[in-house]
Parts: sequence; structure tokens; C-alpha cells
Amino acid sequence: MTLMLGSMGYAVKQAFKQVLRNRTMSVASMFSITAMLLILGLFFILLVNINMVTESAKNQFDIVQICLLDDTDYEESEYMITELNDMPEVDNASYLSRDDALEKWKLKWGDNAYLLDSVKDDNPLPNSIVIKVFQLENIDKVVSKAKSFDGIQKINYYGSAVEQIMKITKFIQLGAMIIILFLVVVSVVVVSNTVKLTVLAREREISIMKYVGATNWFIRGPFLVEGMLIGLVSALLSVAIISVIYYKIVELIGQEIIVMLSTAMVPKNFLIFNLVWIFIALGVSIGACGSIISMRRFLDT
Amino acid sequence: MIEFNNVTKSYGENIGIKDVNIKINKGDFCFLVGPSGAGKSTFIKLILKEIEADKGSILVNDMEITNIANRFIPKLRRSTGIVFQDFRLLPKKTVFENVAFAMEIIHMSRRSIRRQVPQVLSLVGISSKADKYPNELSAGEQQRVAIARAIVNNPTVLIADEPTGNLDPDTAWEIMRLLEQINLRGTTIVMVTHAKDIVDRMGKRVIAIEKGHVIRDDRGGAYEKQEEKKKLHTGMYMSGGVFDAYVR
Repeated sequence: MTLMLGSMGYAVKQAFKQVLRNRTMSVASMFSITAMLLILGLFFILLVNINMVTESAKNQFDIVQICLLDDTDYEESEYMITELNDMPEVDNASYLSRDDALEKWKLKWGDNAYLLDSVKDDNPLPNSIVIKVFQLENIDKVVSKAKSFDGIQKINYYGSAVEQIMKITKFIQLGAMIIILFLVVVSVVVVSNTVKLTVLAREREISIMKYVGATNWFIRGPFLVEGMLIGLVSALLSVAIISVIYYKIVELIGQEIIVMLSTAMVPKNFLIFNLVWIFIALGVSIGACGSIISMRRFLDT
Repeated sequence: MIEFNNVTKSYGENIGIKDVNIKINKGDFCFLVGPSGAGKSTFIKLILKEIEADKGSILVNDMEITNIANRFIPKLRRSTGIVFQDFRLLPKKTVFENVAFAMEIIHMSRRSIRRQVPQVLSLVGISSKADKYPNELSAGEQQRVAIARAIVNNPTVLIADEPTGNLDPDTAWEIMRLLEQINLRGTTIVMVTHAKDIVDRMGKRVIAIEKGHVIRDDRGGAYEKQEEKKKLHTGMYMSGGVFDAYVR
């Protein structure tokens, strides 16, 4: 254990020396990785937000809202609800009074709810029945059943266009994933080339180390730490830049509008907090992989 | 102890060494001579397992090394010190650090490094230069540092690859005396060399390699094959034979 700690201390010390000694190269590769992570991060943000939108959309899209005429009484609506609940496609059908609907709306708008104060006395919302279906594909059946009822003002639901949108978002997600993967590979290549240069500069030292009987891990250690160090700094740098960009975007679009559109963007603090950890992990592993790959040739024998 | 049994190594069409049988006993001091490209480097590379033999078995310190796993190679190399013609010191480290480096690699404690390095430096006679950098030393002094580095971990075998090749004759003899001294402490020494006068005057065992074959293995031999009459010089020949029998 003390041996391991000893050689780890040695590796860290050597790595810092190496980074300082090869300042230009270290900075160059740091910027390359940062650039890579930046693009990657923007795609990541895109992906996360698309996910968020589709998830919240799914929750809205599998709902059918039957707006009732004002003179439809409670018994009639009760009848409708039992009928609907008997359908195998229906997860749940329930009554939503106009007052409850307004409350819900206010809740959703949060701080901006004061905007709704003017409609308080003259609630424009109808009483309604909210139906949640199990699967989006069966929504048409439920709608045609609902149409057969009397005392209905109108039926709100999302049709087959929704499925189309879902397909497109899936496609975008896949595309973003592929691009992210590609960028990771590129970063590994960039780091491995940088480390290869520092390794070349120390080839003689490495050959001497091998002659004296150093194990491969002992030789690799400092380079590994060097790569990880460069990766770590790049990660922090790119997260900082992305934070600024994301804050600006959110500011520009305006949190208020986003809430009203009900397609919320991922909260900035939540996103940045997660991004930090993901990028640190990613940056450090990119650095580690890069140096291991570049060392391979030198540690053959 | 180094033992080659029917060892063959070829590089494509070119033969490195072919069916070589050599036995170097513990405490031996032997010269490996031969023209360039004769197979001397192949011999050394095989001992250090830098390259793999095609055929035959190689024993170093009673360990069969032809089929050991790669992870045992560092262990093998720690038991064999090596000195090169061009010293191969690390230019950015002081004399002390260069020697200490060999100990750091095998995870020796800082305390034992501080104790052992000065001892070895004084053994090779450069205690006063401990804080100097290699480029501040003469060639002979640099080679002493290299030897100190090679022996600091107490290897059983010291391999010297033309250690006097870059030195003037006087300095070369100083290094030879140092190697002899190390040999007296029980370290086996295998020295590759082209220095005829050194080989002749040392009167140690000589293994001559040519075109990948061992063509001569004389105890108390000389660089070149002796004349017929000199071979009949019983004293020289006998002493070699007797010594040989004694060792075995």
C-alpha cells in the first residue's frame, strides 16, 4: 500500500513537472480538448432539452380533454366517466372543474400567475373530463367514443402528428449521440498525439527506465496523470464557457416565456451541476485513454 | 549465472545467433568479442529479453527467461545491471539523482536511497561529484556514474556494452579496474568490447562470436585466436583448464 502511494506520489509530481516543462504543448492540447468538449456540451444540452420536451410532451399527448357544455350536469358527466373508465385503452378518466382548472393553470405559471387575476371573476375555462390513455396509438378510439356523448363542447387531443414529432426527436437524439461519440474519439486522438510528443521527448529516459527494470505502470504513471490533468482542466474550462452560453440563452429566450410555453428548458443550475461531473469524468478519461494509447508503442518490450 | 542452450535468433533472412551454447558461471568475468554484426548485441538483447529467441533456452540466475510473462521482465532486468558505451545518463538529473533513480524505480525508501547512493558513489570513486550534472563531468566520470547506477541495486550480473569505447586508454583502464573490483565482490561481468589490448592484458575468459556462432571460448584467452605455438604454451592453457574445472 505504501509502495503504491509512493509511486502515485511520484507519478503526480512528475506529471506536474512535465506539464510545466512542456507548457506550449500542454496548453495547445488543453484548448483542443476544451473546444471538443464545448461542441460536445452544446450537443449535450440540445439532447437533454429535447429529452425534456419529449418527456413532458408525452405526458401531455396521451391526454384527451373533453370540454363540457356549461349546462351538462354532474350526473351526465359521471356517466361519461364510468363509460370511459370501462374502456381497456383508458388508464384513468376524471372530472376537472373549471375552478380546479384555473388553479392548475395558476400553479403552472408560478410567479406570473398574477396575470390570470383578471379572469378570476369570469373564468373562461369550461368544466371538463380529463382522460389519460395507456398508449398514444389508441387515442383515436377513445376520441370516437367521447364524440358519441351528448353535452360536449369540444374535444382537445393530439393526433397522429404527435407520433411524427416523436420520430423526428428520436432521430435528432440519435444524431446527437453519434456526434458526441465521434467527438470523444477525436479528443482521444488529440490527447494521444500531444502525449506522444512529450513521450518522444523523453524516449531516452524511458528506455533507461526500462533497462533499470521499471515496470510499465511505473513509466506510464506520470504520463497518465499528465493526460488526466490536461483533461481535467479542459473539462472545467469548457463547463465554465458552456455555463455562460447557457445562461445567456436562457436569459435571451426568457424563463417566463419558457414556462408559459410549458416546454420547460432544463433548469440551468441542475444542468451545469450535472455537466460538471459528466465533463470531469469525460475529460479525465479522454486524457487517460489518450496517454495510454500513445504510450503503447513505447512500452512494447 | 547465464546459460544459453542451442539458442537461435534470426531477423528474417539474417541470422543473429545460431545454435549458441554458452555457460557463464556466477562470479565470472568474461569478454564477448567479435566483429560488428557478429551477434554480440543479439546476445545481450536476449539476456535482457529485449528480443525473443526463436529456439533454445536461456537461463539467467536460474530463471528460464525464454517464456516468462512480460510482467516479469522488469524483475529480470533488476537482477542485471547494464552499462553502455554512451553512458545514457539523464542530463537533467544530478549524479546523485541519476543513481537514486534506479532505486526509486524499484520503490526503495528514501532513507535507504540516502544511505546506499553515497556508498556506491564512493565505491566508484566520484563521491565529490554527487551534486554535479552529467555534462559537467569527464567521460570517465560519466561512465563511473553509469556503473554506480548499474550496481546500486546489487545485480548478480553486470552487462557492459563497450564501456570503454568512448574513453581514452588511461581512463579505460581505470574503468576496467573498477569493473574488476566489482567482479571481486561476486558480481558476474559480461563485457562486450573491441579493445584488443584490454582483453589481452586482462587475461579473462574470452567468448568470440562470428556470424552468429561461438567460434572460440577460452579461459585466460586473448582477443585474437592465438598462434599455434602460443596455444601450446602449457602454462596459459592449463591454467585456463584448471580454473574451468575448479569453477564447475
